[in-house]
Amino acid sequence: MTVQTSSVREDFKEIVRLVRPGSRVLDVGCGEGELLELLGREKNIDGRGLEISAEGVAAGLARGLSVVQGDADRDLDYFPERAFDYAVLSQALQAMRDPRHVLHELLRIAERAIVSFPNFGHWRVRLSLMTRGRMPETRALPDPWWSTPNIHLCTLADFLDLTEHLNLRIDACVAVNRDQPARQINPGGLLENWRSENVLFLLSRRAPPTLKAGTGDLFGG
Amino acid sequence: MATAHASNSSNLVLPAPLPLDSGQALDRVEIAYETYGELAADKSNVVLIFHALTMDQYVASPHPITGKPGWWSQSVGPGKVIDTSRFFVLCANVIGGCMGSPRPASTAADGCPYGMRFPVITIRDMVRAQVALLDALGIERVHAVIGGSMGGMLALSFAANYPGRVDRVLGIATTARHSAQNIAFHEVGRQAIMADPNWREGDYYSDGKSPDAGLAVARMAAHITYLSEAGLTEKFGRRLQDRTAKSFGFDADFQIESYLRHQGLSFTTRFDANSYLYITRAMDYFELAQKHGGVLAEAFRRARNVRFCVLSFTSDWLYPTSESRHVVQALNAAGCRAGFVEVKSDKGHDAFLLDEPVMSAAVAGFLAAAATARGLGA
Repeated sequence: MTVQTSSVREDFKEIVRLVRPGSRVLDVGCGEGELLELLGREKNIDGRGLEISAEGVAAGLARGLSVVQGDADRDLDYFPERAFDYAVLSQALQAMRDPRHVLHELLRIAERAIVSFPNFGHWRVRLSLMTRGRMPETRALPDPWWSTPNIHLCTLADFLDLTEHLNLRIDACVAVNRDQPARQINPGGLLENWRSENVLFLLSRRAPPTLKAGTGDLFGG
Repeated sequence: MATAHASNSSNLVLPAPLPLDSGQALDRVEIAYETYGELAADKSNVVLIFHALTMDQYVASPHPITGKPGWWSQSVGPGKVIDTSRFFVLCANVIGGCMGSPRPASTAADGCPYGMRFPVITIRDMVRAQVALLDALGIERVHAVIGGSMGGMLALSFAANYPGRVDRVLGIATTARHSAQNIAFHEVGRQAIMADPNWREGDYYSDGKSPDAGLAVARMAAHITYLSEAGLTEKFGRRLQDRTAKSFGFDADFQIESYLRHQGLSFTTRFDANSYLYITRAMDYFELAQKHGGVLAEAFRRARNVRFCVLSFTSDWLYPTSESRHVVQALNAAGCRAGFVEVKSDKGHDAFLLDEPVMSAAVAGFLAAAATARGLGA
């Protein structure tokens, strides 16, 4: 389900940087558990994973991780409220049947959500559609339209609208482009929707009641 | 001194009567068990395996009656998935079972076999007996409890009732409750036994005439539920048994008939019909959520520091994946740490006894994982 590019590793590094040591993390769409293992090693987190493919789950279990086979579109409902400090959805939002519901659920079961996705507003995508007149196939979106798991692609601007709609607070936003170091960006900035290949958000609920004062530090203190 | 390769057969009489869910109690409870590997000085390496309905404590050593290898010998042993050069593996015959623990065939206080005077037991009673065994052995806490099928029910019950005594719980091809269909199949088996004229209200131990025909039919019906349609088709199809044409009679024309008859018959050499009645009843009574207002998550609320792993098989229609999912959803809701995978197999329920690489890798990873389980937020 995830997009296979080298920038995904950069994506992981950024997540490792954001997550506070010793926190409780749910990785939704955790694949074979690479990120959970990395977070366990680097940040001593208490991690759990949810993954739809049996092969991915089996690999995660063999690594000694607590991974549950399930469907993020359906199975997040069973987790209790605020059970985690972070819920991570790495490069999988665009593959959800109901991304809005999933985002809502992430911030029900965790204090914060870390969400990354390929930006459909990136200039390569726009250029590909404009010049070829076909569904873009880029290094961030390598699959043809008929086999891609990415059924709900969006642009950075689209996603900002959704965060407004859900009343979410953006605690951090990072652009992750291949062959470049990750870059903290202002997601509303004029050029970012053009030049960000993948974006990663740290989100929390804007509304009270449980947001504690002083938790606004963006990069894991 | 025991080596990692050898098993030890032991019997231990519990120091006190065993209270039962029915309100009755069993006196002088002698538990028969097998051990493999060596107990660490700090007793930190105990893996307690719970056996399934028709199995016993001979998990990795030859069965004393049939001479066949232990029922899980491909997974339990030195260097195997459940590594007896590292773990001290303990497997006890459940109460009600046929291989040494108290059962309907045991002698009651009046010197006669209990027969149907044996108290009706539950899965929790079976667990209680094994916790009493741990107590008697001075084992306060075990590294893992593991069980498939009915053994998985014991494992879940152990976690719910003794969460402070176990680090990790592995349930394979199991359920937290017996469904109407599960109860229905068991009732067919019980009725077959009780319809056998040799059953005589369970009082058949004196003259050597036991209800073998009824027990064999019970086993045949149950055996079908352990296999998948695809597995049966692959193994037998419509092939005929030692003949080229149908006999136009009621011999075992088909290979599947011959196979089931053999399974039924051979079962009677090692299993007691009354035990079959009592253990199937215990399974039918099993509903872990019952004492918790029907909310399964509540049963696991105290088990937040326990690591769980649940495995199911795609072709298991006896305890299908939906039942495992039900357990996993409850574990997640309770804030427990859980792993779960549905293993692809066409071997039906009995896949848990076979060498399924995905299962083996998951079990090995689960047992080896760092013991840093922490419960989710209070």
